[in-house]
Amino acid sequence: MTVQASTARAVADMESVAPQDADGRARVARALAGRIGGVWLVGVILPVLLAAGWELAVAGGFANGRLMPPPSQIWGELVRLAATGELWTHLLTTLWRVLAGFAIGAIAGTLAGLLTGASGLARQALDPTIQALRAIPSIAWVPLFILWLGIFEASKVALIAVGVFFPVYLGVMGAIGSIDRKLVEVGRVFRLGRLQMATRVLLPAVLPEWVISLRSGLGLGFMFVVAAEFMGASEGLGYLLVDGQQLGKPAQILAAIITFAILGKLCDQALVLATRPLLAWRDTVRARL
Amino acid sequence: MLTFANLTKTYAGGGAAALSQVDLAVQAGEIAAIVGGSGCGKTTLLRLTAGLDQASSGFIEIDGDRVTAPHPAIGIVFQEPRLLPWLTVRDNVAFGLGDQPRAARRQRADEALERVGLAGYGDRWPRELSGGQQQRVAIARALAPRPKALLLDEPFSALDAFTRASLHDHLLALWEESRPTVVIVTHDVEEAVTLGDRIIVMQPRPGRIYEEIPVDLPRPRDRMSPNFDAAKRRVLKALDNSLNPQHPPGQTAPAGGALWW
Ligand SMILES: Nc1ncnc2c1ncn2[C@@H]1O[C@H](COP(=O)(O)OP(=O)(O)OP(=O)(O)O)[C@@H](O)[C@H]1O
Ligand SMILES: [Mg+2]
Repeated sequence: MTVQASTARAVADMESVAPQDADGRARVARALAGRIGGVWLVGVILPVLLAAGWELAVAGGFANGRLMPPPSQIWGELVRLAATGELWTHLLTTLWRVLAGFAIGAIAGTLAGLLTGASGLARQALDPTIQALRAIPSIAWVPLFILWLGIFEASKVALIAVGVFFPVYLGVMGAIGSIDRKLVEVGRVFRLGRLQMATRVLLPAVLPEWVISLRSGLGLGFMFVVAAEFMGASEGLGYLLVDGQQLGKPAQILAAIITFAILGKLCDQALVLATRPLLAWRDTVRARL
Repeated sequence: MLTFANLTKTYAGGGAAALSQVDLAVQAGEIAAIVGGSGCGKTTLLRLTAGLDQASSGFIEIDGDRVTAPHPAIGIVFQEPRLLPWLTVRDNVAFGLGDQPRAARRQRADEALERVGLAGYGDRWPRELSGGQQQRVAIARALAPRPKALLLDEPFSALDAFTRASLHDHLLALWEESRPTVVIVTHDVEEAVTLGDRIIVMQPRPGRIYEEIPVDLPRPRDRMSPNFDAAKRRVLKALDNSLNPQHPPGQTAPAGGALWW
């Protein structure tokens, strides 16, 4: 099927379900722009140009590419790692660590944030301590975690969880503090109990900011997994980095970095997609773009 | 019947009483329109009646039942629609029907939407409605649990004159159906005379009732009729006097000298 035909088909599809009003037409137009998908290509131009330039420079002998291997070599390394299966082992190990730490940190951060956000007493009692702990650079915990939890998984997951905890905690607490009193009053007028008020008004109201805090938490999780894997790991993308440094294999380092970037982006995207149905109601610029 | 007895409200840290010794009885099925200068305690009166704030002294009763917290027989429409943006229009209307089974909730909500002229809008998000439509949803939400008394705090003040006039008709049609007691606060004298069986003129510092003006015109009211105009002028006069400290509370001399209609 040609592009035009499929586009026309898409328009017909959407017109049959979309309302006939201007809003509906705008939605169709937006969906179309997404399908034709010219926009994201613009962002790819610069990296592609840079990569091609470097490739040509090395191939033409203008640079030797020993410390900064050209894209073809990095790609070759990636293919090699993938073929031997190493890449997947390391990737899955890292992914597991991030997800475990993220889950623990996000749940703890959400609960603590809900507690201090909803109760003035809890905030006075807990928040100063948590803020003080936040002031400690999280990497500083590493020696202690290793002493307490050993050198294996537990200490790594704990470090990641600590990294994820703080942005989620701050996001949830702040979001609860800034819930519109007017909406809470609607709940009061209809005589919602504490639990109902929490589930029907407070939680939905903090949802958008919660998702944002989860995303920054996930980003930090990836930052901390590298730190964790630097401290003695025998597997994981962070190990690939250290290994590449010690054995002088820059292509391996770059391959691991690229894998990190892709993995992080995919995880973030998965989080966005998973939470999107919860946020369809928002009246924001971003939601309408 | 909605009764206010010696109702006084002083906000913490606020100087003069926001409300001082308000005595008022609104009969079942009556529409009372409250007008008055800014800061004379109109919103305070409604918030106390809705159970959102506590009176400093005095009390409010609905059919003999003291109001100290939000009461199931009292609904309120705020100045802003205050729809919950994460619920569809239908779920917003059904928000106060939590105690009923799902199907009944849905049916009641759709009925209420139909009555405010928004049948078919149930699946939309609030952001997809105009301001006037949103306010109609808010009215439907307040009416869905079938309250005995409906409070409205300047519900139409953000809307243009045409939308407002059509919402007056909507509101009166809804009122005809179940005849709830209605207390509506407004800045608009024409709105007060269009809707009210009685107009309560309030006075600030401290907030109190200055005068009660019955409006004995048959409905639907003709905004062009001389009687409507006379009622309007009488309310305007009372409002003027209420803001002029020289005039003690009491009956304003009938506008234009002779009996006013
Ligand atoms: N939460 C509050 N805390 C302290 N003072 C308040 C509060 N709410 C209202 N007031 C004061 O109480 C008085 C009455 O306020 P209210 O909002 O009831 O007036 P209003 O008649 O509704 O005025 P408007 O027509 O401008 O809406 C005002 O002097 C106001 O400053
Ligand atoms: Mg007010």
